[in-house]
Amino acid sequence: MSKYLLRRTLISIPVLVGISAVLFTILALAPGDPFEELATNPNVPAEVRLNLRAKFGLDDPLPVRYARWVTSMVRGDWGFSFVSRVDVDTLILQRLPATLVVLGSALLLAILIAVPIGTYSALRPYSIFDQVATTFAFIGFSLPTFFTGLLFILIFSIYLDWLPFIYRADISASGWRWYWEHVRQSIMPVAVLGLFQASATTRFMRAAVLDVIRLDYVNTARAKGLSERTTLVKHVVRNALIPVVTLVALQIPTIFGGAIVTEQIFRVPGIGSLLISSILANDTPVVMAITFVYSGLVVVSNLAADLLYGWLDPRISYR
Amino acid sequence: MTPEGMAGAERRRVAPVAGLSAAEPSPSLWRETGRRFLRHRLATVGAAVLVVMVVGVVAGPLVWRVPVNEIDFKAKLRTPSWSHPLGTDDLGQDLLARMLYGGRISLAVGIVAMLIAISIGTAIGATTGYVGGTVDHTLMRITDMFLSLPGLPLLLLIVYLFRDALRKALGPEAGVFILIVAVIGGLRWMPVARLVRAQFLSLREKEFVEAARGLGAPPLRQVVRHILPNSMGPVIVAGTIDVAAAIIAESTLSFLGLGFPPDIPTWGRLLFDAKDNLDFAPHWAIFPGTAIFLTVLSINYIGDGLRDALDPRKVLAR
Amino acid sequence: MEERALRTLIDQVRAGTLSRRRFVKVMVGLGLTAPMAAQMLASTGVAQAQTKWTFSPTKRGGGGLVKTLWWQAPTLLNPHFATGTKDQDASRIFYEPLGAYDPDGNIVPMLAAEVPSQQNGQVAKDGMSVTWRLRKNVVWHDGKPFTADDVVFNWEYVTDPATAAVSSGNYRDIARIDKLDSHTVKLVFKSPTPFWSSPFCGPYGMIIPKHLFQAYKGDKSREAPNNLKPVGTGPFRFADFKPGDIVRAELNPNYHVPNRPFFDAIEMKGGGDAISAARAVIQTGEFDYAWNIQVEDEILKRMEQGGKGRADIVAGGNIEHIQLNNTDPWTEVEGERSSIKTRHPFLTDPAVRQALNLLVDRGSVQEQIYGRTGIATANFVNAPSRFVSKNTRWEFNVDRANQLLDGAGWKRGSDGIRAKDGKKLRLVYQTSINALRQKTQQVVKQACAKAGIDVELKSVTANVYFSSDPANPDTYSHFYTDIQMYTTTMVEPDPQRFLDQFTSWEIASKENKWQGRNISRWRNEEYDRAWKAAEAEMDPVKRAALLVKTNDLVIQNIVVVPVVFRPRVAAISSRMRDVAQSGWDSDFWALAYWSKQP
Repeated sequence: MSKYLLRRTLISIPVLVGISAVLFTILALAPGDPFEELATNPNVPAEVRLNLRAKFGLDDPLPVRYARWVTSMVRGDWGFSFVSRVDVDTLILQRLPATLVVLGSALLLAILIAVPIGTYSALRPYSIFDQVATTFAFIGFSLPTFFTGLLFILIFSIYLDWLPFIYRADISASGWRWYWEHVRQSIMPVAVLGLFQASATTRFMRAAVLDVIRLDYVNTARAKGLSERTTLVKHVVRNALIPVVTLVALQIPTIFGGAIVTEQIFRVPGIGSLLISSILANDTPVVMAITFVYSGLVVVSNLAADLLYGWLDPRISYR
Repeated sequence: MTPEGMAGAERRRVAPVAGLSAAEPSPSLWRETGRRFLRHRLATVGAAVLVVMVVGVVAGPLVWRVPVNEIDFKAKLRTPSWSHPLGTDDLGQDLLARMLYGGRISLAVGIVAMLIAISIGTAIGATTGYVGGTVDHTLMRITDMFLSLPGLPLLLLIVYLFRDALRKALGPEAGVFILIVAVIGGLRWMPVARLVRAQFLSLREKEFVEAARGLGAPPLRQVVRHILPNSMGPVIVAGTIDVAAAIIAESTLSFLGLGFPPDIPTWGRLLFDAKDNLDFAPHWAIFPGTAIFLTVLSINYIGDGLRDALDPRKVLAR
Repeated sequence: MEERALRTLIDQVRAGTLSRRRFVKVMVGLGLTAPMAAQMLASTGVAQAQTKWTFSPTKRGGGGLVKTLWWQAPTLLNPHFATGTKDQDASRIFYEPLGAYDPDGNIVPMLAAEVPSQQNGQVAKDGMSVTWRLRKNVVWHDGKPFTADDVVFNWEYVTDPATAAVSSGNYRDIARIDKLDSHTVKLVFKSPTPFWSSPFCGPYGMIIPKHLFQAYKGDKSREAPNNLKPVGTGPFRFADFKPGDIVRAELNPNYHVPNRPFFDAIEMKGGGDAISAARAVIQTGEFDYAWNIQVEDEILKRMEQGGKGRADIVAGGNIEHIQLNNTDPWTEVEGERSSIKTRHPFLTDPAVRQALNLLVDRGSVQEQIYGRTGIATANFVNAPSRFVSKNTRWEFNVDRANQLLDGAGWKRGSDGIRAKDGKKLRLVYQTSINALRQKTQQVVKQACAKAGIDVELKSVTANVYFSSDPANPDTYSHFYTDIQMYTTTMVEPDPQRFLDQFTSWEIASKENKWQGRNISRWRNEEYDRAWKAAEAEMDPVKRAALLVKTNDLVIQNIVVVPVVFRPRVAAISSRMRDVAQSGWDSDFWALAYWSKQP
């Protein structure tokens, strides 16, 4: 196992270099430049825009720019934002807490809803409980988050006036009040995201458990006289956890990447809103940094998933 | 577990042997599959709903002849009535006509993009999960790369590179359609691949597969007859989610200038346009929302029915 | 004068383009009486104009926190690097110019002791110089005095090409600045400059402190720590800034205006979208002010019924217009489409142009789409009122468009599309992605279909459409389609520089990397002459006449089809007092005077 881990880690390095080259090329070739707003403004002479382009090295050939990025990256320099002229790592660190809190809680909420409901639905397929859960799950992912987010705002902020819908990272209160305010403003974004993810995860969980219960070894376990509870926990859930681990591993990187739409709706100052505004402003250093960290997390969490498979089902081996 | 469920489990225990002994898929197997599918009540209902919707969007505009783009400010934001069965939007355009017209595109995009994502994902997941080794490593690292691609800049790049060429080669409608389904399908297969691979990793070591292997079944047969049907659960779920996601993603793409021209009322687009008027014209959002919901729901049940019909050892819904 | 023209005038009064006094004058000139004119205004709901501050506090502070919302988030706090209004507005909390522009375009002294004029002798008769006397006893937030050296430094800083300041355009006409004494400067221009308030006034005129920025002029400008931690002279001083999210500031106890500001702190939150920003002010009252509410009027009106806030609408110089391409976008010449060496196959036919002008239903676009936030217009220059041309008018008339096209020999084919000499009237109509624009596109497309013109709609995401990337064919300045629509902004109360977008030397082409400002590629010697004459004309009345003439030339030749002019719209809580937007300056131009009812 440790040999496998070592080999995978070593492979990850060229993989990440390759990914970074692909990312860089896409960002460099994608149309647009960071000085859009200056374009329609008659007071800004064209030379200013051209000067800025030259100053930020946007007119150099692609390999030169990539080499420059790699060398400064190796030295731990993430570059600076064209738009804010701040170091990229400062910018990202400012946004990280809000994203971790909101998306982390949403993922947790999703798992807490999905695993029990999905399992129970699978144990009683096509029962009333299952049908109700199915209907809600389908409504859940048929409606995009831009829509449910707005629905929540209309209901809970405008008609009922219970919750604020503008997220503020610095709340001036202290003590319990500080926590309370944070919880209040997080309820809607966490619920929108969590329920959306939960509706999909419930379906996956149900499908996975259904697949497992039908397998013969479960019946074998039952036949051996193991109690229903032991069968369920030791054999069914454990095996059904494999797809769940896969899904969670797929979602962990998005906790860092942020949820673009939801963060935009509730004005959560997270990585997602930073990413989208940077993409729209063509602020390449920021986009590059976020996507690169994100791809690093993709590689790591998928590796973790592969290791977890082996633990959940010792017969899985990697050749 | 309900008594029926237990009985089902009893029945299933003998099934694998029967499955193994059937050497070739005979014509009667397909008939059997069809029969089993029809016995799955929800699956038949799902198929019926989907057929109705497809017929509706294909033939509907021939019956309901109100023009799609007729602007009538005097009739704007009307709730459903006889002259406008689904009401009108804020330019006074008839929503039924728009739903029918846009539904063709939404349904086609949703289903085709889903099929692309599912086929690529299943093929890659099955290959890596079954073969393992270097193939697994290489393909999974490629999957990692696709997972980490930033969507928005990539989309902008694709429009920029291919739109004019495709429009020239295939005409505006077909060119845009191919671009859209390729983009949506091409960016959504990765989770499917990882899910299928995980199932394969676990299933290929299970007793019944070993039994098949021991009986000398060739690898392809092991995969297609024994492992794949047992890993279809997550694939079907991913497929239904992908239909919804593709219908919605299409509307996002048209906001980037990648999708169909802005005056084509696809369901996702209708939902997006409706959202700001949600508090006083809910009818505008309810119909496209319901249409998407019904589509994914029926596709899900069809998927369940197909899986159950193809897999001899199954729980039948009653 | 017919009803529609009268209504247009009333709409202009409502939006503030036309003063009440002037409106009354026009009406009296038409044989009506002043009371009757006032009655007309009252009956159509034009409110009394508000000019003076209603609240005069007797001490500084005590107003608590004022919460403002910008749906684009500020990203940096140096006004000379501002990439958009959001950054200029955020900087304006801390920094001030010599003079600000009020809603009528008049200069209000901020760091200046008085406004220069020819009467007080501070503006030279020949237009070659202007002298500014600075307010004394002004200190920066760190306690250092504000002097003439700071003013001179800002000019040096901005005009250094290595600094790459976005405000450099406003300072390029200055030959030198003489420091007459510690609080007096004389700006000497390179040529006669009737519009002498371009430097040091309004959004591009904010002054940054020499003692903190002199080490960061030119190449090192990016590294200045104060780019993110402003030290200015304004009513509030810096507390906290998270780029792309929030700016917080607290009362400046040494502010140079006595008993101001009223608020103890201000917060400017960024991000989100315009509609929910409007909701947060008008519907829930969570915030006190929201900037630039680009929302359909219908939705705004529904929100206003709740009564917690209102939409504040004030005229500015933004005009939504359709450009007609004079060159051929479908033929490539020397690696460039829409080349000046080609002629558009049918848009150069005056009949087609006139028909298109008749097919844009501005009335419906205003009434049904923009409401109070976009007023139908026939003119390119819409404000201030002394520049507004009375010589043009608009009309929507499908029948007349059909007659014109029939008369010019454009015959309908079997598919209903007109053609002549094998050329079909098929257009590609491009704009940026924006709900209001897509609706306007549909309205125009439908009218064109009735006149036998086939229109294909195209929309491009705004960050590509407005980019300056020379390699991208989808930008507005490449103009690789037949017609296109967007808003040009006139950020100053003087239209001279705004109107250079029709001069022949500004034509966008491959040679200038599509940086030229003349996008429609129209050439007219008479226009060029009138524009140049206006540039040097020192008599304001003659100059206004020349500029009105340039506008008329653009409209008569149908170079562009103006659609609606777009006033600025902000959402303001009903408890706020003395919050007056200016169409010519930052939303925060009079921030020190804002107050709120308890």
